Amino acid sequence: MALLEVSGLEVRYGGIHAVRGVSLSGEEGQVVALIGAHGAGTTTTLRAISGLVRPSKGTVRFAGKDITSMAPHQIVALGLSHAPEGRGIFANLTVDENLQLGRYLRTDNAAVHKDREHALSLFPRLRERLQQNAGTLSGGEPQMLAIARALVARPRLLLLDEPSLGLAPQIVQLIFKIVKTIASEGTTILLVEQNAHMALSVAHTGHVLEVGTLVHSGPAKQLAADDAIRKAYLGVH
Amino acid sequence: MTKFVQVCLNGLTLGSLYALIALGYTLVYGVLRFINFAHSDVVTIGAWMAFVFCGLIGWLGTDSPIFAMPFILALSMAACALLGFTIERLAYRPLRRAPRLNVLITAIGVSLFLQNAGQLKWVFGTQPQAMPKLLSEQALFTIANVKVPVVDVVIVVLAFVLLVWLQYLVFRTRLGQAMRAVSFDERTAALMGINVDWVVSITFMIGSALAAAGGMMYGLRYGTLLQTADSVWVLLGLKAFVAAVVGGIGNVRGAVAGAFLIAFVEMFGAAYRSPQMRDVYVFGILIAVLILKPGGLLGKSTVEKV
Repeated sequence: MALLEVSGLEVRYGGIHAVRGVSLSGEEGQVVALIGAHGAGTTTTLRAISGLVRPSKGTVRFAGKDITSMAPHQIVALGLSHAPEGRGIFANLTVDENLQLGRYLRTDNAAVHKDREHALSLFPRLRERLQQNAGTLSGGEPQMLAIARALVARPRLLLLDEPSLGLAPQIVQLIFKIVKTIASEGTTILLVEQNAHMALSVAHTGHVLEVGTLVHSGPAKQLAADDAIRKAYLGVH
Repeated sequence: MTKFVQVCLNGLTLGSLYALIALGYTLVYGVLRFINFAHSDVVTIGAWMAFVFCGLIGWLGTDSPIFAMPFILALSMAACALLGFTIERLAYRPLRRAPRLNVLITAIGVSLFLQNAGQLKWVFGTQPQAMPKLLSEQALFTIANVKVPVVDVVIVVLAFVLLVWLQYLVFRTRLGQAMRAVSFDERTAALMGINVDWVVSITFMIGSALAAAGGMMYGLRYGTLLQTADSVWVLLGLKAFVAAVVGGIGNVRGAVAGAFLIAFVEMFGAAYRSPQMRDVYVFGILIAVLILKPGGLLGKSTVEKV
């Protein structure tokens, strides 16, 4: 049984029909890429899964449980962490306090300590900045913090929203290397990206979202080879 | 010298009262970004609840036991915490996603409701009442020929203890961390597993309990409780609000600094310039701060796109 099962998901914001019947699933240990241009409904899909917006139709099941109408904090408790787009960090708190909030619901201190050390070993730059205000981070550091903070929760499923957004190519490479590492350690990942090339290179399966509708779905390798997708998303003419 | 010391003492006591009340405004603003205009009415109700509890127990004379004051204080704070919880749950929570102006108007509505409901015959009535003398009228000690009454010392010590406790709560506990997270971004806080509704409820309860403490101590110091819609209460709440804004709304330390600044200026102005002008001095500071440092003395200035 899949760890995450989304079926017939629809989200409306007032008069805007942002997500129009999205169905996808993620097997335990897999990386699923959700590719879409800005405004395609990718972020909204993630928000609907993590409970931040309520879908008007469809269901979300996580680890066999229907989480469609659950509150975000209840969903986190089940082991689903959402690292929001770049600026989703607490700029008024220190890096260390941000990481502490990542473990808000955990009480197993020894294990938390291990996970925190592990997260900091993946992002050594954060360790140098622990006492710094998160608002003063630059470059890819806010994104690193968002991912590290999600890891401290030790999720079974990690939702990553555009980890490459606005970053220099070198840092994008670094972040994707780490995404790969996290996945190889057994965490299931649902990855939203505009950078289709990078996303499909780490994913097992991929989906392409256009104006709220899935237009392509399949194994990542197959999508990466598909002419239509290469033209639209990979910059190959 | 005697006059100077007396004025300082008055400033310290009044500043403590303002600080207790100002913290409620600033805590709620910090978490929800809106001014709870019904907060000053919680102060009023806190004072009146203390009176009612005294009556129920029979501590209306001067012979009440020594533990009467802390006991009544605890009851009044608990009652107002419950009131604050209820107000948030019934009036503000349904509007959490509504435009801020709607919530603001609702807060004014809640304020009017409390002011008028308080005057009902079976609530507190319209007659002024004498606050029971739970604390001895005698001077605890004398500095420079100024008698320092027990009530003043209790007010200052109580305010100090509550402020230190609040500072600890906000900056050193898991709940405080959750409050600061919600204050920065409600959605991201929820993604950390924080129950945002619960944090908001707790914030209202803490603010309202502090308001009750402020109201009851105000009653003990000045002796008379006027009906709930009287302008004395409105002005008390308004000045505490000014203190929160002067210090930088949303900032806990700022609210305390603002409260003492306002109280000292008010007391010194009244004693050395003109007693009739005391409110003018307070609102004069507000205008000066808003012109020179719009974010408040300890606040950050923010640019808002219109």
